[in-house]
Amino acid sequence: MAEVIRPEKLDISNDTSSLASPELLHVLAVDDSIVDRKFIERLLRVSSCRVTLVDSATRALQYLGLDGENGSVGFEDLKINLIMTDYSMPGMTGYELLKKIKESSAFREIPVVIMSSENIIPRIDRCLEEGAEDFLLKPVKLADVKRLRDSLMKADERAFKNIMHKRELEANDIYSQLKRAKI
Amino acid sequence: MDALVAQLQMQFRDYTISLYQQGFLDDQFTELKKLQDEGSPDFVAEVLSLFFEDCVKLIGNMARALDQTGTVDYSQVGASVHQLKGSSSSVGAKRVKGLCVTFKEYCEAKNYEGCVRCLQQVDIEYKTLKTKLQDMFNLEKQIIQAGGIVPQVDIN
Repeated sequence: MAEVIRPEKLDISNDTSSLASPELLHVLAVDDSIVDRKFIERLLRVSSCRVTLVDSATRALQYLGLDGENGSVGFEDLKINLIMTDYSMPGMTGYELLKKIKESSAFREIPVVIMSSENIIPRIDRCLEEGAEDFLLKPVKLADVKRLRDSLMKADERAFKNIMHKRELEANDIYSQLKRAKI
Repeated sequence: MDALVAQLQMQFRDYTISLYQQGFLDDQFTELKKLQDEGSPDFVAEVLSLFFEDCVKLIGNMARALDQTGTVDYSQVGASVHQLKGSSSSVGAKRVKGLCVTFKEYCEAKNYEGCVRCLQQVDIEYKTLKTKLQDMFNLEKQIIQAGGIVPQVDIN
């Protein structure tokens, strides 16, 4: 009689090819200040995030394919987990960028965090009402970035765990069937 | 060799503490240092370098905006002051930031003399900070060249 392979021995837990790595969150950071871009980049790298930096809201929209030039053709595979944007920028503000992102079907689910050096309550309220995930006062703290990353990873991890649990149940089901068949 | 390292380390410690005590630097500079490691050993120097370049650019903008024969566009001056306030805040340049706060008020009040005074002061201040930090970075280099490690300085 052939040995029945128990589910634990089946190498089911290493097939993560269909899931993005839970460690590397990809963050799009938008700020017109070169000093602040350097700073936020470091905060994010130290927090094990992959970073893309742009210096304006317009460039952010170009990067996301929301600038009307290309539509969202070719941008479906663009995996951004978080957008962090400065509020006060010349041209389009971070608030206007937030609205454009929330209006887009492709990117409205991406959390958007607003950063500002000014603690203006109506401004904060307006951003949160428009769907901002969080509002951070500059200079941004490493603790803020870590907190954001942890909460995003928890959401990712929950999804990951649900999938793994489902696979385990399926494997246990197969094992029971094989045992009954006494192969 | 060890005596030299110890002496340099003490010099470095004293110098760093004095920069904080004299108000040149604040907590944010401490935060920048925490972000530096063996993988990014020049991070602080790089950010400060970008900051000083920013100072030159923004102060130039302010000077040009104030140099108008005719009416000065104070919102233009104010925009550059706001940016400088932001970047000085991000690097812990406490005195520069403080001057920007005052400068911003003069812009809002459209006070020409006040603005010109602040412009002169902020120019002196960023250059002073640049020199002080250069001295601090040089001490770090000397410690490393003497075979020592740069000590963590506890400000509190």
